[in-house]
Amino acid sequence: MNRSPYISDAPSVSTMMLKVLLALVPGIIAYIWVFGGGILVTLALATATALAAEAVMLKLRKRPVQPFLTDYSAVITAWLLALAIPPLAPWWLIVVGTLFAIVVAKQLYGGLGYNPFNPAMIGYAVLLISFPAIMTKWPAALQLAQTQLSFADQLHYIFSGLLPQSVQIDAVTSATPLDYLKTQLTLKHDAASIMQAPIFGALGAKGGEYVTIAYLLGGLYLWQQKIIGWHLPTAFLAVLALISGVFWLADSAHFASPIFHLFGGASILCAFFIITDPVSGPTTPKGKLWFAAGVAIITYLIRVYGGYPDGVAFAVIFMNICVPLIDAHTQPRVFGHEK
Amino acid sequence: MNALVNFSKIFKFNGGVHPPENKTQSTQLPIAQLPLPEKIVLPLRQHVGNIPKIKVNVGDKVLKGQLLAEAEGAVSAAIHATTSGAISAIEDAIIPHPSGLPDRCITIKPDGKDKWIEKKPQDWKSADRKNLVASLRLSGIVGLGGATFPTHIKLLANEKSGVHTLIINAAECEPYITCDDMLMRERADEIVKGIAIAQHLLGAERVLIGIEDNKPEAAASMRVAVSATNITSMQVVVVPTLYPSGDARRLVHLVLGTEIPFDKRSTEVGLQVFNVATVLALYRYFEFGEPSLSRIVSMTGNVNKPQNFEVLFGTPLPHLVAAAGGAKVATTHFIMGGPMMGFDLPSDKVPITKATNCIIAASINLFAPPPAAMPCIRCARCADACPVDLQPQELYWFAKADNFEKANDYKLFDCIECGACSYVCPSNIPLVQYYRYAKSEIIAIDKAHEAADLARERNDFRLARIEREKLERAQKHAERAQAAKTASESLKKDATGLEHSSASLKANIHVDGGNAQNNDDEAQKLAKQAAIAAAIERAKAAKAVAGGAQKNVVNTDENIKKEIAEIDARRQAVGLETNIAKPAIDAGKQAKIAAAIERAKAAKAMAEAAKQNGKEGS
Repeated sequence: MNRSPYISDAPSVSTMMLKVLLALVPGIIAYIWVFGGGILVTLALATATALAAEAVMLKLRKRPVQPFLTDYSAVITAWLLALAIPPLAPWWLIVVGTLFAIVVAKQLYGGLGYNPFNPAMIGYAVLLISFPAIMTKWPAALQLAQTQLSFADQLHYIFSGLLPQSVQIDAVTSATPLDYLKTQLTLKHDAASIMQAPIFGALGAKGGEYVTIAYLLGGLYLWQQKIIGWHLPTAFLAVLALISGVFWLADSAHFASPIFHLFGGASILCAFFIITDPVSGPTTPKGKLWFAAGVAIITYLIRVYGGYPDGVAFAVIFMNICVPLIDAHTQPRVFGHEK
Repeated sequence: MNALVNFSKIFKFNGGVHPPENKTQSTQLPIAQLPLPEKIVLPLRQHVGNIPKIKVNVGDKVLKGQLLAEAEGAVSAAIHATTSGAISAIEDAIIPHPSGLPDRCITIKPDGKDKWIEKKPQDWKSADRKNLVASLRLSGIVGLGGATFPTHIKLLANEKSGVHTLIINAAECEPYITCDDMLMRERADEIVKGIAIAQHLLGAERVLIGIEDNKPEAAASMRVAVSATNITSMQVVVVPTLYPSGDARRLVHLVLGTEIPFDKRSTEVGLQVFNVATVLALYRYFEFGEPSLSRIVSMTGNVNKPQNFEVLFGTPLPHLVAAAGGAKVATTHFIMGGPMMGFDLPSDKVPITKATNCIIAASINLFAPPPAAMPCIRCARCADACPVDLQPQELYWFAKADNFEKANDYKLFDCIECGACSYVCPSNIPLVQYYRYAKSEIIAIDKAHEAADLARERNDFRLARIEREKLERAQKHAERAQAAKTASESLKKDATGLEHSSASLKANIHVDGGNAQNNDDEAQKLAKQAAIAAAIERAKAAKAVAGGAQKNVVNTDENIKKEIAEIDARRQAVGLETNIAKPAIDAGKQAKIAAAIERAKAAKAMAEAAKQNGKEGS
């Protein structure tokens, strides 16, 4: 019987997913430093919800539970969603989002390998549409907050929605830079002067930019480990820089610089951790370039002209729809065939 | 390492993998001669093509080198007695083939004298090339790299196409296998002489000898041998170690930068590829008059003394295993070929054949059973590894969904089944087995269509015949009625016209009847012709409709159809036809795959045969 090859040399799916989780750790550490330990609670809630939802769905679908729980793909979805939502959001927000991501966006489509959409982005989009007020209310970075909440305070707030008596909600939250920029621009302010506000850092958001840089390091680790290729991150960042650069050069009074677009919002997380989801992305090298370029353009357009401060989630979901089309039209030339 | 300095440009192909080489185990000892075994079992089918015709009977005494079976049809190869002795049986026995099915074998009981027939060396330098190539039909030489395509065909092909470059495949890219490596280290002179013969027969202007850079000793020894001959048109080209550089089309690309078009043979672009062991066999044949009787086999893996042996074809495997110090305890079974493209031997008693380049004693430690397959996560590592630039992840979906039309669109039949995709798959999906399954299914569907077409044609003829016979019957009826009428009218005349003489009456009847007959004949003929023409028209129309419908089912392109037709012809010729088991509909896909493997393996070998320059020296 012919069952060759008898040998293989590939990281298992679990190993690949674990490396992705590992690559997120620097970002999480920076996150804790910037926004406090509350994120750990959110991460724990998300992880527990994702694993439980996955296990129940696998049981209902009569699939083996253990191998699919230990592929850790559900944990990645959970972590990405947890890192994407505001840190001090009520506990049920992450639970609802994770449940939707795992149950609907992943398992109802057939589980690992079969979901056409990025589950974390579906979860995020559902939360953003359903609970826009909570989803756009970010806490200020600790350095900027008038009052700093302790870990215990954060924990208490996440579960009860109550702040210590002396603290007002405005004292711990602030607009995100993308949000602030958008609203100030509608008030006919000049982009350069808007960005003098204290919430802006040297690259993106004050504080937030450290998290972004930590994500970048994690992403480079994934590339070095050959878990992700260069096509998607490079094309995404290059096209985003290009399009924002063109607008900025044409009219710097109304458009933010490419640096701000690359390091503000979720750009870096998107480039290395979100669009690199293999299941819902394209497979051909050329297709990856088109896909990433599409996400970059739509993200930029939503940021600048859309109704939401950041556009990564919708851009990714929209481009997920295009994946079969992209793959079909970007087939590489086969050896010995004419183009 | 100076010998490895490369002066020629290398044209890398995309993809490829670096499996652990595991070659040093079997290169510690020189090539050893295997002593005569107690019996020789020679399968008739040791090559790609028709089964040769048996020329001996049970009980016959034969000498070493004596023709036992002669090539039959265009693509076939002769079989010779590999030692002297008596034919003790001609019967079906298990052969080293993935199907595990028995096939016709000739068994020789050696007399121990190893006595040769009278050898007839040929003066290849001055003899007519055509005659030399024609004589090769009697040599039994086939491609020894594993493709086992009859060599005389590969040399014949030149008559039309004009080969300008001969490429010698000495890449030997598969892990574990070292038979070509050791052959080059030890017999480079003879190999180079063989290359010169092949070059002469092909009329090739230059020769490139492709060797992977993990064989520095072999490359050095070949370089010395080449420079000793003063043939300036011959050059050793060291190529980077990257599996599957030994695939003929990949090697051609490596050394020349030429992509042989998928639908062309290498000879159509002026190239021919021979394995090192094959050219050595050519040398032995022309220089000494020795037909193809033995080959070098790497006996490695879980044995006590891994080594290369010169083994007579037909030597039972246990004899070889014993010579390598015996298999270690944990040995589970034996693999023929390398770990990337080899297959499980159906029995540990099979004979060594012309295709046997390597035998690996397998154990759980060496080849752990793969973990359960996970779903494809579309990571496209397989696409990165594919040396043919296919999209294995797409082909997998199409094969799994029985979407054969799409599989064809995505060039399934360009897959060389090298296994690089499976090798890098994080989900441990047995990708190649899906491709083998899909290929065999497509071939089976096409075959079914052909059979249906044939049946339809026959039915159309039958209907036309029935209609014609009906018309003829009606016509005969009319004839008889007409004749009766004429006769009765004449009788009436006879009765009333008494003035007519009897003689003129007779003549009258005769003439009248005759005229009537003639007129009727004309009318009948026209009617019959019209009816037949109408029937043929109907048949044609029906066929056109059916043909149109068929195209929508599987739209295989003409080349594949042609290829499949050739394959079918050969399959029928070798009697494989009856062995095709249609997979049970309710059986699981895994079972289906297993059932299809026999067909797929045969199909693959045949497909490569059709290209005439199959993979030599993997």
